[in-house]
Amino acid sequence: MLELTDVEVRYGNIRALHGVSFEIGEGELVALIGSNGAGKTTTLRTISGLLRATRGAITFEGADISRAPTDHIVSLGISHCPEGRRIFGRLTVAENLRLGAVSRRDTTATADDLEMVFGLFPLLKERLAQAGGTLSGGEQQMLAIGRALMSRPRLLLLDEPSLGLAPIVLERIFEAITELKGQGRTILLVEQNVHHALDVADRVYVMETGRITLSGPAELLRHDPKVEHSYLGVGGVAE
Amino acid sequence: MIDYAIQQVVNALSAGSLYALMAVGLAMVFGILRLINFAHGDVMMIAAYLAAFALGAGLPLEQAVVVMVVGTVVVGLLMERIAYRPIRGAPDVAMLLTSFAVGQILQNGTLLTTRLAGKPTLIAFPSPEALNGVVRFGSIIVPKVNVVSFVAGIVLLGLLTLFVTRTTLGLSMRAAAEDLNAAQLVGIKINRVVATAFAIGAGLAAVAGLLYAVQAGQINPYMGFTPVLKAFIAAVIGGFGSIAGAVLGGYVLGFLEVLVTALSGIGDLLPVGSVPPEVRSFLQQWLPSSLASYRDAVVFIVLILVLLVRPQGILGRRDQGDLE
Repeated sequence: MLELTDVEVRYGNIRALHGVSFEIGEGELVALIGSNGAGKTTTLRTISGLLRATRGAITFEGADISRAPTDHIVSLGISHCPEGRRIFGRLTVAENLRLGAVSRRDTTATADDLEMVFGLFPLLKERLAQAGGTLSGGEQQMLAIGRALMSRPRLLLLDEPSLGLAPIVLERIFEAITELKGQGRTILLVEQNVHHALDVADRVYVMETGRITLSGPAELLRHDPKVEHSYLGVGGVAE
Repeated sequence: MIDYAIQQVVNALSAGSLYALMAVGLAMVFGILRLINFAHGDVMMIAAYLAAFALGAGLPLEQAVVVMVVGTVVVGLLMERIAYRPIRGAPDVAMLLTSFAVGQILQNGTLLTTRLAGKPTLIAFPSPEALNGVVRFGSIIVPKVNVVSFVAGIVLLGLLTLFVTRTTLGLSMRAAAEDLNAAQLVGIKINRVVATAFAIGAGLAAVAGLLYAVQAGQINPYMGFTPVLKAFIAAVIGGFGSIAGAVLGGYVLGFLEVLVTALSGIGDLLPVGSVPPEVRSFLQQWLPSSLASYRDAVVFIVLILVLLVRPQGILGRRDQGDLE
């Protein structure tokens, strides 16, 4: 469905991605893990067109999207729920969700999707008239995911949905991700919480300093000594 | 005395409306692009010239307003497309300098056009009959153009509020002002939002330009400088980047100016016997009629004091732009 081939991204003279290649198939939940600064967020921002690849190709369902503007990429069906939630704090919850559907014209289906989001996060329905900025961190994350779902994406990019959340809220977010996976959605999940990422993912790519260094089914990587050592805190190195 | 106070309040609301109409254009563009568009005053000047041309050609006021607004909006859109879009995302200083350049081009272009048409630099504004004269409410007398300015300001700013709170495009604009990247990621077409901000800003500046020209009675290619400066200050006072702040700042500025003018020489104006002589001499000493000529200085001092207490402006937030 999505394929990155030898993608390189530079910030000025600094190379952030050194030829990244990977693919995601329809209905898969793929996790991208790695330490801070490994290039995970850069990868997502490049897929959604906020950053431009200086080399390589990004194709979505066969079409090259590496030069497409972000709004076009969204209308093709890629929705990116950014790191740090980035909800519109001065707009209400209802307005945030309304803007999530800004790329669509099918009003009936949009209303259905709104019900779907309320089904996933019933709390949002009680907060509709509240300004986004007044929500708690967990509620904001729910809103950010809900907003991303409102474009009815064919591929959902989730960047660090667990960042800064209390354990109980984190569980709720991962339940929602599991639920979305159960609906047959295609998801690319970037996570530093490797335990949880390995629990929900079908396949995993490990990134280090702008390169994919390891990949495979989540089940296998869980027992990979390198992953255990670097990311799962086994062997005395805590994440 | 009450009549005098009411007249001054109307003057303040009138001046405030013009500042607010100008300031929201600056605020919308700054909110989204972090661009301080100093050419905004020259856009207003262009509007005044378009109005002078249309009225001079004998068009009735309504048609002249249409010509003026449409023409000014086109200028605003061209300015965005030609000058600002190519440097979007450039450092703030580059954008600021570009806005000065655009302003110079508009001023010199207008000057050249008036020369070619054989007109002097300063021309009398052909005020339409409908905006001349005074309005009487009992014993209160105010210039008609002041009443029209106030009403136009309230109506247009009310419509703008409806636009940014009810329509998807308006909400998109506020979302883009709050977080440009997040707005892109939900699929908002940034070019469309930016063009809308420029178009609305130019349209409101056009109305302000017409009313300003009627009040001044004359126009020249440099007339946009003071209004854009005042609008900038209004926007900063209100909280830069916020539309509500720009409106509030505009009216605060209008009231401050009128207050200084109204209070200067107040000691001489008070009827005999209405205040004790000591009070009168105190007022004459501290609020002399010559104070009026220092109006801008007094107003700016007050504004500096406001910013010392609230650097982010009255409605501004300290967190603004943190996610850049």
